[in-house]
Amino acid sequence: MPVCRLPVTKNPRNKKSCLATEQSVAARCPFCLTPYMSNFIVHFGQLATGLGAWAGVKTMPMHAYANPARFLSIARPVTPWLFWGGLVLIVLGCACGLFLTPADYLQGQTVRILYIHVPAAWLGMGGWTGIAIAAVMQLVWRHPLAAIAGRAIAAPGALFTAICLVTGSLWGRPTWGTYWQWDGRMTSMLVLFFLYLGYIALGNASASNGNAGGVSRVTAIFGLVGAVNIPIINRSVVWWNTLHQGPSITLRGSSIDGAILWPLGLTVLGFSLWFGAIVLMRMRAILAETKVEARMQRLARG
Amino acid sequence: MAMTLKAKHQRLVLALVALVALIGAGLLAASALKDEAAYFYTPTDARTKGMEPGRAIRLGGMVVKDSIRRAPDGVTIRFAVTDNKATVPATFSGIAPDLFKEGTGVVAEGAFDAKGTFVATNLLAKHDERYMPPELEGMTYDDKARDDMARTMTVAK
Repeated sequence: MPVCRLPVTKNPRNKKSCLATEQSVAARCPFCLTPYMSNFIVHFGQLATGLGAWAGVKTMPMHAYANPARFLSIARPVTPWLFWGGLVLIVLGCACGLFLTPADYLQGQTVRILYIHVPAAWLGMGGWTGIAIAAVMQLVWRHPLAAIAGRAIAAPGALFTAICLVTGSLWGRPTWGTYWQWDGRMTSMLVLFFLYLGYIALGNASASNGNAGGVSRVTAIFGLVGAVNIPIINRSVVWWNTLHQGPSITLRGSSIDGAILWPLGLTVLGFSLWFGAIVLMRMRAILAETKVEARMQRLARG
Repeated sequence: MAMTLKAKHQRLVLALVALVALIGAGLLAASALKDEAAYFYTPTDARTKGMEPGRAIRLGGMVVKDSIRRAPDGVTIRFAVTDNKATVPATFSGIAPDLFKEGTGVVAEGAFDAKGTFVATNLLAKHDERYMPPELEGMTYDDKARDDMARTMTVAK
């Protein structure tokens, strides 16, 4: 029996005919057992993210770092690792995405904007999810750092949402023939950007009014309410007819060919580490400012 | 035994109830928006809902294979849009986007005329979720598998 090596680059979600019945010893995705490397890249990333989150929750009891001094003793050495590690991955991923991957059969070179657009969208939505988690910790457990974390996340979250909107618009002109249309995905993403602006304004206004640099409880409630928008953004392309295409990357795998997909893993991880570094830096800056302010007040009182 | 909750747990229950209510409200609103928030109508919608002529709508679907005809004036094209259930004839005068091709998605802005032809004033190409290198385009899975099989068998000899 001749050994048939199935190509590892084609995916049944590409909706082309498939010789699934052929006997095969091809490189299979060990998670879903389909012979497509693109699915392996996606499933590996999803498993790593899940394990990372689980390990984080397990090793860090909620109030272990409630003491700012203790938090700083961890945050200070971790920040440069996240910052430089993230930057290296971003540069590496962008270079690979620019020079090593093939162009798309239909979109041509414009497909490369994906390596920025997708991490930006993920962090824009992930940022608000972080704000919502911080809001619950602030409202329910009164965690002293949660209010500061929420405020620290808002600015980079808004930045990445803006990057997502701008890169998507630049991609839309050559692909769709328009910079902007009011379809479900684009509109809900724009709403997320406005939510960020509102949260930042509320947070900054309340931070110095007896909230020790963090956001007020009203702002936290706003952050919780705004979280309703996250599943709407995610599902918009499924619920409604939209100009934006449906999801390429799902729990079942990827309909982006492995040859185009792989640098996306580098940039998603890189931008995520960088996002973490920015949040830690901002939290440290807010804590330092609060300390300075408290000292000034003590001095003024004499 | 009195049913007393610690303040912390009271807040937790309150937050969870609020969150569930919010998400429920969001989902209800979204499902109520189902038709109104649609970016375009499909040919089936156009057929079943009876779009009156002259009403500005967007029509979305796939351009039927071998349906694009260019008029002698050089700028007018006729084509058919389908969602595999219904097919609608359409016409457009102007510059179509590069990605406007037979067998790919299109969103046309315009209105139906009295004869049931969709007169588009603007064309947008709709991209789908598939991304692949050009050498795979048009190649069916079978072709590639056969190539690979042939290569492996030659090596095996």
